[in-house]
Amino acid sequence: MTPTIRTPDLRHEVDRLIAAGSADLACLSLAELWRNEAGAGLAPFLISRFEQLCGKVPMVPMRTAILRSFTVEPVVPLLRAEAFVRGMNLAVKLGDFNAFALEILDSESDLYKFDPKTVILAVRTAEVAPDLWNQYADLPADAIPVIIRRVSDSFNQWIRVFRERSPAALIVHSMEQPARPSAGVLDSQLESGQRAAIRQINHELRNIASQHRDVYILDYDALMGLHGRLRWHDQRKWLIARMPIAADHLIYLAREWMRFLVPLSGRTAKVLVADLDNTLWGGIIGEDGMTGIKLSPEYPGASYQDLQRAMLDLARRGILLAICSKNNPDDAMEVLKNHPGMLLRPKDFATIRINWTDKAQNLREIAAELNLGIDSLAFIDDNPFEREQVRKVLPEVIVVDLPQDSVGYAAALRDSPVFERLAVSTEDRQRTSMYADQRERAQAEQTFQSKEDFFRYLQQEAEVARVSPATLARVAQLTQKTNQFNLTTHRYTEQQIAEMADRPDWQVLSISVRDRFGDHGLVGVAITHDRGDACEIDTFLLSCRVIGRSVETALLSHLAQVAATRGSRQLLGRFVPTKKNAPAREFYAQHGFEKKADDHQGSVWTLSLPESTLSIPDWIRLNTNEGDHH
Amino acid sequence: MTATILDQIRGIASDLFGIPMDRITADSSPETIETWDSTQHLNFVLALEETFALQLSPEEMEQMRTVGETARVIENRAHAGSH
Repeated sequence: MTPTIRTPDLRHEVDRLIAAGSADLACLSLAELWRNEAGAGLAPFLISRFEQLCGKVPMVPMRTAILRSFTVEPVVPLLRAEAFVRGMNLAVKLGDFNAFALEILDSESDLYKFDPKTVILAVRTAEVAPDLWNQYADLPADAIPVIIRRVSDSFNQWIRVFRERSPAALIVHSMEQPARPSAGVLDSQLESGQRAAIRQINHELRNIASQHRDVYILDYDALMGLHGRLRWHDQRKWLIARMPIAADHLIYLAREWMRFLVPLSGRTAKVLVADLDNTLWGGIIGEDGMTGIKLSPEYPGASYQDLQRAMLDLARRGILLAICSKNNPDDAMEVLKNHPGMLLRPKDFATIRINWTDKAQNLREIAAELNLGIDSLAFIDDNPFEREQVRKVLPEVIVVDLPQDSVGYAAALRDSPVFERLAVSTEDRQRTSMYADQRERAQAEQTFQSKEDFFRYLQQEAEVARVSPATLARVAQLTQKTNQFNLTTHRYTEQQIAEMADRPDWQVLSISVRDRFGDHGLVGVAITHDRGDACEIDTFLLSCRVIGRSVETALLSHLAQVAATRGSRQLLGRFVPTKKNAPAREFYAQHGFEKKADDHQGSVWTLSLPESTLSIPDWIRLNTNEGDHH
Repeated sequence: MTATILDQIRGIASDLFGIPMDRITADSSPETIETWDSTQHLNFVLALEETFALQLSPEEMEQMRTVGETARVIENRAHAGSH
């Protein structure tokens, strides 16, 4: 390792910027300083300057408690500095040395008084299972399962009690393996070897965590393995200060903690925007051509395939991919579509911007198009100049640095905590393909003479169903999130939806849609309420993914049919205007409703059912599944 | 070389103990710097190890009673080659 070179100039620059009131630029300089010389030496300077900047720049506050069985004091400034650089202001409370069990079990302990949002349980095999760690050779084989049970029972108790007393997310270090097992190579031949026993405890630990909400395992052994067990451990520091980790490795523990704290704070990236030339492939397509660019399983093309593989992994976590490249669109699209070395294809990107406009402008447009804040974007580019430009012009964008050597690109991406997720849903996994399907649909639409032709081509199929336990969460989420095509914008919790669904005079319906390009999932909700001879529409909303494809007409027609069957003579609708629901304003007028009144909330519309000609468009196949509650 | 190592250590001490570099001399010690307590001493050791890419022994740590003595310990290591 080369000695770190202090950069006093940048320190003076930071103080000058703070004095001049340029908080944003001071933050950028501090971040640059940290990139150059992150470590125990710089952390106190960084923290003191960021503390001066709090209140002048947006910072997400978070309270974190660290319960531990070893000295972690020197990691705390590193953690706080890492957090500040990522826009988080961490208040850290350290538990007493090796007092973690008592602190968890005692409901009056300082841990609970501190009211943390996140808690890290940093314990080691040596303290939790000292017999297994130090006296393995003395143990009879039949004692091993007893120890495994004892240790997992202890974890079970700590985690269960903690969960009862605190809503905080809990991050638990799993057990580390000894660098040199007691029995030497024999350990791997034994059924109840030392390492096998520790693996078993970790397996149990994972099961325990999965039984509780917001309990996460930090694979401490894998972290040590990544950095090299022998380099990670510092026996001398352990003996004199109960600090088992080498000085130059403390930062890696702080960063591993950040991989949990960043997603828990919500400071994550939702979209990764990538450059093309010398980022997704080696060389410049405009100069080197299809056969000249480097992109294959062999060196040097393999580095770029590695990066693409890392990007595919992010997409599977629900992170959208996008392209922003200064290029000739035809050249670049030819690579995306047809180059045999490409692992990513146009369908893998939620949006593609290939033009000669500056990157900051393109990034703004990408955020607008995807309906996300600019701070949801992360950006990678091999060119340090482009990265710096984006940092200066759009400080909210998360710029991920790529190393000089393309061999390190994939690791740089995988190491960034902003792409970490602590849970992934089916919807997350399919997110990019949903956007890509959408784009393909939009392209198809342009080639048809009439909208109806296009709708027929789509082969839309919809299913209307009563809300069920399986769909309750999604239905509530749609009422809370849908802003544009939402007639009344009533927001409901799962509990409220469940109560309405239980009442005989209320109907809570959902609609799911699929077409030839893919499955949209559950995209609409209608809630109706019988009042005398009228059926009133309490809620009618549709996700913007499917607006304007006559799904809304199909759903409304269905409501009319069902209401008529139940004996209603009219359908009653309300439009409550908001800042965002203009797309729904003409909905009732377009479907033959008459305006009855305007009041302080909005307008009231009615449709006489016996006279209604409302029908389901012939290009949508509508199936109903309203019979039973599941 | 001497000046460089001493200055680097003064820089580290300045960041760590939160006082301007020009007020840190070879004679500065826990007696003259109020914020140089036992926790900070551990951080000081770690920052030195990190900066100079070496590991200090308990004996060496005991010799580091002032900034100047610390510089001498680090210099001896530099002359003796890497760790």
